[in-house]
Amino acid sequence: MLSIVVNGSARVCGDGATVADLIRELALEGKRVAVERNGEIVPRSRHTDTALAMGDRIEVVRAVGGG
Amino acid sequence: MNAPNENIALTHADPLVIAGHAYRSRLLIGTGKYRDFAQTRAAIDASGAAIVTVAIRRTNIGQNPDEPSLLDYLPPSQFTMLPNTAGCYTADDAVRTLKLARELLDGHTLVKLEVLGDPHTLFPNVRETIRAAEILVKDGFEVMVYTSDDPIAARELEAIGCVAVMPLASLIGSGMGILNPWNLKLIIEQAKVPVLVDAGVGTASDAAIAMELGCAGVLMNTAIALAQDPILMAGAMKKAVEAGREAFRAGRMSRKFYAANPSSPTAGLIG
Repeated sequence: MLSIVVNGSARVCGDGATVADLIRELALEGKRVAVERNGEIVPRSRHTDTALAMGDRIEVVRAVGGG
Repeated sequence: MNAPNENIALTHADPLVIAGHAYRSRLLIGTGKYRDFAQTRAAIDASGAAIVTVAIRRTNIGQNPDEPSLLDYLPPSQFTMLPNTAGCYTADDAVRTLKLARELLDGHTLVKLEVLGDPHTLFPNVRETIRAAEILVKDGFEVMVYTSDDPIAARELEAIGCVAVMPLASLIGSGMGILNPWNLKLIIEQAKVPVLVDAGVGTASDAAIAMELGCAGVLMNTAIALAQDPILMAGAMKKAVEAGREAFRAGRMSRKFYAANPSSPTAGLIG
């Protein structure tokens, strides 16, 4: 199992899990979100082939109301 | 992403042009502080705005996945999104936020940069703003930059390559109106990029004054969202921006202490 941090909260993923797997587990599949892994953008086209690693810090963001 | 805007330059005599794109409205609207997304959309429709700002925030993990999202109500196919860096206090955080925004919006590069210096007043940190602007422009972003009403800072931000300079009229969310029209005038006179007032507008006359000074546009959020009737105020702001712009283009009469020159003929009086 992999211990990672998603949006500041600790989380556990299966070995070999990818960014796409994480997005699915978060019920965000098909939603308009952007992902950053350890400070680097993970483009949508790379979600399925970007494997998560122990200690990864992931940010998943969306657009909200703001001025 | 820019909403389709073909032929606007042909059908609209006086479009707002930013970074080579023509927009149908000179009023830009923020999407925060509304009662709900339906009210947000109704206010934006009433305002006629083509460009709307959005903030970038963490998704709520584990909450209702079918929760409506802002972009369901404001499809990027219909509006030009202007992602902002609200809440960022360093250049690095602002750059990071806008890289996420670019990914979120499929490579969209038109952004609103703001780097705050103080949580009490929300005054901009101009040094960090300049540093972020340098990084973002080099990275291919089209940067509309929120800044103080300092003509020298505005000039530096333009020299870096920002596509629009957006000085405050007064503090964010204050509704205090245009506190220093003379500084705005100095900024407008020297700038070759559009100058938009961003922050501080409280009511329609403030927006009209900004436009009469020669601003290319006005960006506002709170003045509409916190009005007693936001939809009505959105319509008022649309008219104020249009009226102020037309008055600017028309060229006002000169001020005279007194004229002794009545508008009615002095000849042909009875008696």
